[in-house]
Amino acid sequence: MTAVLARGFDQPVAQSQATFRAVMQALANPGRLIAFRSTLDTDTPLPVNAAALGLALLDFEVTFHLAPSLSAGSVADYLRFHTGARAAKTTQDAALAFLDLAKDTLCLADYAQGTPDYPDRSTTLIALSTRAETGMAIAGPGIKAVGTLGIAPLPADFTVQWAANRAGFPLGVDILFVTEEGFIGLPRSTRIVGGV
Amino acid sequence: MYVAVKGGERAIANAHRLLADKRRGDREVPELAVEQIDEQLALAVDRVMSEGSLYDRKLAALAIKQARGDLIEAIFLIRAYRTTLPRFGFSEPLDTAEMAVRRRISATYKDLPGGQVLGPTFDYTHRLLDFALMATSNTEAPATAPHEPDVAMPRVTDIIASDDLIERNPPGVPGAEVADLTREPLSFPADRDLRLQNLARGDEGFLLALGYSTQRGYGRNHPFVGEIRLGEVEVELMVEELGFAVPLGDMTLTECQMVNQFSGSATEPARFTRGYGLSFGHCERRAMSMALVDRALRAEEFGEERKGPAQDEEFVLSHSDNVQATGFVEHLKLPHYVDFQAELALLREMRLEFTSKQNPETLEAAE
Amino acid sequence: MTLQSLSPPASESRRIAMGVLARAQRTELEASLGAHWPNLDCRVLRQPETGLVMLRGRIGGDGAAFNLGEATVSRAVIELPTGERGYGQVLGRDREHARLAAILDALWQKPETNEVVETSVLRPIRQRLATETAQTSAETAATRVDFFTLVRGED
Repeated sequence: MTAVLARGFDQPVAQSQATFRAVMQALANPGRLIAFRSTLDTDTPLPVNAAALGLALLDFEVTFHLAPSLSAGSVADYLRFHTGARAAKTTQDAALAFLDLAKDTLCLADYAQGTPDYPDRSTTLIALSTRAETGMAIAGPGIKAVGTLGIAPLPADFTVQWAANRAGFPLGVDILFVTEEGFIGLPRSTRIVGGV
Repeated sequence: MYVAVKGGERAIANAHRLLADKRRGDREVPELAVEQIDEQLALAVDRVMSEGSLYDRKLAALAIKQARGDLIEAIFLIRAYRTTLPRFGFSEPLDTAEMAVRRRISATYKDLPGGQVLGPTFDYTHRLLDFALMATSNTEAPATAPHEPDVAMPRVTDIIASDDLIERNPPGVPGAEVADLTREPLSFPADRDLRLQNLARGDEGFLLALGYSTQRGYGRNHPFVGEIRLGEVEVELMVEELGFAVPLGDMTLTECQMVNQFSGSATEPARFTRGYGLSFGHCERRAMSMALVDRALRAEEFGEERKGPAQDEEFVLSHSDNVQATGFVEHLKLPHYVDFQAELALLREMRLEFTSKQNPETLEAAE
Repeated sequence: MTLQSLSPPASESRRIAMGVLARAQRTELEASLGAHWPNLDCRVLRQPETGLVMLRGRIGGDGAAFNLGEATVSRAVIELPTGERGYGQVLGRDREHARLAAILDALWQKPETNEVVETSVLRPIRQRLATETAQTSAETAATRVDFFTLVRGED
């Protein structure tokens, strides 16, 4: 018998829709914390909000990548079993990539950037993180005047990396920061306009 | 150009209520049950499943009831419904050689291993209206005859192929991408997998007319029905965690193998060529038409001159889908008030110009 | 079933059992479970759900694959307290059928209950299916054509 497997959604339709709605709100309102706490069984190999996100967004046609800190345990089995999604061979093949900002290195250029014909074929990063009280000033669609991105920990060169990501627009990656309190979106259309 | 027009809400609500009333019809007549449609209008169900591209008899029967028997409307309902469901995966390729055959005929060989069985067919009926069906019929149970268990019924084309007298089918490559027009929009040139998917869900009337046109000379290719078979085939879905394909049940399919005129070259001996048709349910006319059109669309592959509409892949594949077709034709009912006003103004201007050229003095006099 | 006398590997006999469960009527499975395991304890790993499977055909019957069209499929995965994980996957939209099939697949795997599943659950279903198949074959056989060639031309 295989190892004990954590449960998926008890109410697949309602729970995945609720998760999807929060994700949509997060990407539509960059930098704003969209409060969300999944009702998923807490016995999941990923933090519950990240697990819910995987279950809601993955299906058998979507590929995912796990950063080193997440690839050792049963995360891959969990996502594969419940969604039918395949593990991507490289970061470049991943539609969704999970990483933990506290443990994994973040290098935006490593991931799929999309193609001029299909800019949507880029990787969406699911970054496990915590919320910080202060943050960088951001601007762009979905932000009235100037907003704040309060996330920790971010690598020292994040502003440089994000500027490079922004320079390739409409190509580039989008990031969803997942915290215990909810989701914070950083789509490729957002610019960082000021430091902490 | 469309302009949003408001104000019809009550008219629409009442029109829908009226539609529901007309669908029910005379309350003195018993209401049609979905099971009755499934059982007694089974071939309409088969057509709706094929063109709706969704194998589910009960849903197709419900769609027929809801659409008051308008099959294209029913197909539209099925196509809309399927978009609400997640996709679990792809089945293992269905093996028609392993079919539990209920009908199998060949126009190329009289005696063939496994024999010819007619099954339930309209062929050989006299097409005389049976007024006995006006009343509740008292139908006899079907005749039975002793049967040998597991009698082998090889495909007729496999028999021809064993003498190397017919082209080989393009071999399957494990793990190869299979085109899917429900995921990627149609693009040209289209490979045969994409063409067959398109034809499999194409409008039966359209396929029939195109198939017929090839017989009348618009892309002739001398077809013979190598075999038509109808029966049940097992559906299997690979489950990665288990490491084997799990049977999901049986489904009914109709397959048509069309054997067509030769192709050969300086390096290849002459061989018969193939056209292939496969359909959900019992849809013989559709499977035959599909096979004719499949072969016609291979004109370029065989270096044949393309002179008929059935050989023009862009024409065929872009117009085969009756849901798309009805959408575009029926959209003409939408308000085009502004468009039409513009046309009207232009027409008036042209007429004024015309009049002024005919009678320059009238205009001058008016000025 | 002749296949079983060849003692196929375990996965093949499980595959065959799952095929019978998929072809069963929901009421047959309900009755069996109610009779033999009225208070069964199991954990649902994947909630019963209905979705689509794209059915594939082969060009010319044996060539490269193409997408024929979709079918509705229901599936569920459950786990017994003893760890056996049962899969139910059936054509159609009956999620309860999928759940019951998953439970019986798990019980089939458990050595203590395998025989009861085989003899009390699957055997009657197999018999019903065999009777139906035999009836269809007999009806089909009655429409078999026995050709005879008429004498042609002059002797």
